[in-house]
Amino acid sequence: MLILNYLWIMPALPLLGSAINGLFGSKWPNKLINTVAVGSTGLSFLAALEAVREFTQLSPEQIPWVKQYFTWIIAGDFRAGFDLQIDHLTVVMLLVVTGVGWLIHIYSTGYMAHEGGYYRFFSYLNLFMFFMLILVLAANYVLLFVGWEGVGLSSYLLIGFYFLRKSAADAGKKAFIVNRIGDFGFMLGMFLLFKAFGTLDFVPLFDKAAPQPADPMGHLGTFTVACLLLFMGACGKSAQLPLYVWLPDAMEGPTPVSALIHAATMVTAGVYVVARSHVLFMHAPTAMLVVAIVGCATAFFAATIGLVQTDIKRVLAYSTVSQLGYMFLALGVGAFSAGIFHLMTHAFFKALLFLAAGSVIHAMGGEQDMTRMGGLSKKIRWTYLTMLTATLAIAGFPPLAGFFSKDSILLNAYQSEHGGRILYAFGLLTALLTSFYMFRLIFLTFFGKPRYDEKKVHVHESPKSMLVPLMILALLSIVGGWMAAPAFLGKPDYFAKFLEPVFAQGTVVNAEAAEATAHALETPLAIVAVITAALGLLLAWWLYLKQPGKPEQLAKSMRGIYNTLLHKYYVDEIYDALVVKPLLWVSRSVLWQTVDVRIIDATVNGVAEGATGIGDGVRHTQSGNTRSYAVWVVIGALVIIAIVFWPYLRPTTVGAVR
Amino acid sequence: MLHGSYLLTIVIFFPAAASLALLFLRADDHVWIRRLALTIATVEFLFSLLLIPKVQIGVAGYQLEEFAKWINVPPINYHLGLDGINLFLVILTTFLTAISVLASWNSIQHRVKEFFVMLLMLEVGVVGVFLSLDLFLFFLFWEVMLIPMYFLIGIWGHERRIYAAVKFVLYTMAGSILMLVGIIWLHNLSTAAVPGGTFDLPAIQQMLQSGAIRVTGLEEMYLFLAFFLAFAIKVPLFPFHTWLPDAHVEAPTAGSVILAGVLLKMGTYGMIRFCLPLFPNASHRAAPIVATLAIIGIIYGALVALVQPNLKKLVAYSSVSHLGFVVLGIFAFENISMQGAVFQMLAHGISTGALFLLVGMLYDRRHTFEISEYGGLATPMPKLAAFFLFVALSSLGLPMLNGFVGEFLILLGTFQVHWNWSAWAATGVILSACYLLWSYQRVFFGEVTVEKNRTLPDASPREKWILATMAVVTLWMGIGSPYFTRRFAAPSQNVLDQMQRNFPQEATVVHPLAQRPERATVAAADRGGRLASTPAQASTVNAPVVIPSKARDLLVILPSAQPNPSINSPAKAAARP
Repeated sequence: MLILNYLWIMPALPLLGSAINGLFGSKWPNKLINTVAVGSTGLSFLAALEAVREFTQLSPEQIPWVKQYFTWIIAGDFRAGFDLQIDHLTVVMLLVVTGVGWLIHIYSTGYMAHEGGYYRFFSYLNLFMFFMLILVLAANYVLLFVGWEGVGLSSYLLIGFYFLRKSAADAGKKAFIVNRIGDFGFMLGMFLLFKAFGTLDFVPLFDKAAPQPADPMGHLGTFTVACLLLFMGACGKSAQLPLYVWLPDAMEGPTPVSALIHAATMVTAGVYVVARSHVLFMHAPTAMLVVAIVGCATAFFAATIGLVQTDIKRVLAYSTVSQLGYMFLALGVGAFSAGIFHLMTHAFFKALLFLAAGSVIHAMGGEQDMTRMGGLSKKIRWTYLTMLTATLAIAGFPPLAGFFSKDSILLNAYQSEHGGRILYAFGLLTALLTSFYMFRLIFLTFFGKPRYDEKKVHVHESPKSMLVPLMILALLSIVGGWMAAPAFLGKPDYFAKFLEPVFAQGTVVNAEAAEATAHALETPLAIVAVITAALGLLLAWWLYLKQPGKPEQLAKSMRGIYNTLLHKYYVDEIYDALVVKPLLWVSRSVLWQTVDVRIIDATVNGVAEGATGIGDGVRHTQSGNTRSYAVWVVIGALVIIAIVFWPYLRPTTVGAVR
Repeated sequence: MLHGSYLLTIVIFFPAAASLALLFLRADDHVWIRRLALTIATVEFLFSLLLIPKVQIGVAGYQLEEFAKWINVPPINYHLGLDGINLFLVILTTFLTAISVLASWNSIQHRVKEFFVMLLMLEVGVVGVFLSLDLFLFFLFWEVMLIPMYFLIGIWGHERRIYAAVKFVLYTMAGSILMLVGIIWLHNLSTAAVPGGTFDLPAIQQMLQSGAIRVTGLEEMYLFLAFFLAFAIKVPLFPFHTWLPDAHVEAPTAGSVILAGVLLKMGTYGMIRFCLPLFPNASHRAAPIVATLAIIGIIYGALVALVQPNLKKLVAYSSVSHLGFVVLGIFAFENISMQGAVFQMLAHGISTGALFLLVGMLYDRRHTFEISEYGGLATPMPKLAAFFLFVALSSLGLPMLNGFVGEFLILLGTFQVHWNWSAWAATGVILSACYLLWSYQRVFFGEVTVEKNRTLPDASPREKWILATMAVVTLWMGIGSPYFTRRFAAPSQNVLDQMQRNFPQEATVVHPLAQRPERATVAAADRGGRLASTPAQASTVNAPVVIPSKARDLLVILPSAQPNPSINSPAKAAARP
């Protein structure tokens, strides 16, 4: 029980690395910084492996394994502890975060080698690992929120890493603020849960919630409201409609950051939170439906934007938004393990896609526009092969990882009670679009004739430190889904089986009936999915290799649609016009200039001036003239006499009373 | 008097006594004046640390009480006391004063001696306010504190310093005049229970709570307003806030740090110590309005901060927003939110104090607060930029830094009783991120836009020490918050308990100054009349009776207090207009 008793070691190692590099790294050589950063993350990964080994030896009653370290906030009945816990869901997240995180650290040593602020980059990256591990290990919502906000901070710092560029600083700020909007909901969700259950610790909270009756469909009960509020937070962090706008801009950050934070780990935190709160969500069918619809809509919506983008990283960014939508679709239809499964496989192939894209950008000397690439497949062979693997995986070709996870989601969507066919149809359509835009990316980048100046750009393969992580991730993108393969042979899906202890709690038991129909549907749906993916591939091949002029013609003939997609449905512009500009105008012209200056301050100053004015007027009575004083004395005396004798001056009244 | 410890007196008056030593130094001997001032402030800080072990965890009453007769008629006494709430406010004051001395090291170049004397006198006034348990003494310190602050702004301030100083004083005076009326009124009321009346806060509180003195609903509301307005102006609560931006922008850095760090807290402290325990029914009735104003303040302050072109004004408006949280936490009358409010008072003192220090450091370099004059400063001064970000993050409530704990507890506690208040206030969390990150970006990110800024020096060792100290405290408060909350948990609960009017109580509590116990029978006779009108009281008949430590001592000393029902009879209480 070496690690299980000291769970804090896993987050503490990268924190230490971050602190060392941040405080002392500015004058160190790159090698030393590498040792600290990669070393601390690597040790954290080893610790996670050991933790998992020890975890497998625990008896079922000991799970979830909770360790309380110290009390962080306490007031009245409320206590938030620095408590960490590990269960099957945590194990999956832990391995993904530390494993992929470590690979990306190694990759970064090559990718960032020639950048300024090297120590700063690794300090932030390690800080991110710390917060992400806190997020997945937290045993209560408040500590989870620490990780939640903390990864937001790291994201802010890393997106704005090139802070000299205004666009980068803007993007970082936008990410943080949009996330904060989500966090607003998340916090209210926590408050409501505390009000309802008196605790925010996962184990007692879920134990108390599980036996409660579920909210009926369409009814805004405690569960539904709390879940919707939590989901609002998830929408912010995981870039779902309508809060997805920050993620495409986040591509301003260095590419390894996009891979680690904005593809593999941080953006999946929302998925994790919903999965973690599945007991609550199972009690809120309305909220579940909202999750499914938002997820499905986001998946489709983002995929359509991805069709026309020409920046290689932006295509991947919209693809990420779209794939996250898939995960929420899975969660929304109650297929929690399918959602987490896709989270894992997506972490492999999307991290790989980003890293490979980074390798392409590296090779092209910083070029990100796909219209100025082409024909790279021969020149950067390994990058090409690994990226192709990832593309096949995300498009859902068997037997790669994406096939299994996506198939599982579509199957579950199809079986869903509420509008399952519609959800499935959109899911399938999205799969077609995904396959299309991904192969579009491949064909534009690696095939055809070079569209760049071959004399100026010296295309070169990346160093080993970058290629080795690519290869490992490629391998994972291939085999990562095989755990679910037995499902096709009518045997239990190992991944779902592994997570069952977590997701069984609070689930209505009709698993056997569902499984029976699932087996009947499994193969036909899988065939449909593969055909869809192949269609996307063919379409991309036809448009971008066979008839290279065709896309432009299409764009011309459908200019309206094309422009709308290219400008991302003008959502940023709409937000700017409807929210940002009015808010600034109201703040400046109404609140500050009018209310503050013209009304309140003017009143205050007016009172002061009025007092001065009265004083000024009264001052003239002090003339120093004896005769005028005498007049005042007489007037005063008369007034006093009048007051004293007033009752006697009204004989009628007095007489009448007597 | 009874405790034989004069620690509180020392903590209040040490800076005054020690600043006499400053007067012996030559006026142009700046180096030694600074060193001596720093020594005094540091020793004072250490003295205040001695108070921590005196406050026992889980005990609500006053510790280290000091009591001395001062004036016989009217009966004004020198009465001090310490509990978990004012403990940390005192330490915050002494800490920030020491930091302010250090921060004024080079930026104050003329009338150096007077400056430090004023700063130390200010400390005397503020600490005195926090520790006074006699209404008149409290008022005295409240007014005394104004004078040095007036001079700090008026002499060492910036261009429009006279306007700002006068505005500050007039605003505060307007409020404190009302408070003085309230204090005298309370004293007159207390003559019904004690011959000659009293100004003693615990005594009056006890009398009001036990029913020894009675006030009508309207009377209570007037009294409440008299105190509340004074405090609301100090906080400052919307719409009484317009003195604050001016005072801050014109004040020297040290003045701003003390002003934002502790002076504003005198207002919220007053609400906790006076408004709630003395006038609970009026507080309850006013709560919806006060909470509305607090929420308006949170949002309004943040929005106006968002568009400020002046960095220091931006921080000043952010204080309006943050203090709105505190007021909301207090007027939710909920244990968790109350503790959050007290914590937020401390956290805001540190984080906003640090923001003003940083703004002052920028000013020392460029002599301007205009954001447009800066830009791209992260390149010439990376260390200052890092500290600024850290402080901004704590101010916007990032978990694990101090701002989060207070805000979270306030919102959590408020949500338990009024979810809609909490929901409105929580929008401040979004807005604070907007104005802080946006201004941070405009000051530090991007290319250097003004050529002069390219060569600005990064943080000096002195500045680094100041900022590192602030950062450590920020982090400690954010992670180790129970160290603080445990100490003021019981007093916070006590404030809420004191809000319960438990007239028909079984146990008899004698306050030494009342010297006249009222019996259960007397109180029981009241049961029908007044209690029915206030539903909140019905459930709290059995609320624990809190006996102030002083009263406890005197109960032993006084052999047997004579019951005198005639004084406290309901007939008499009713007869009084």
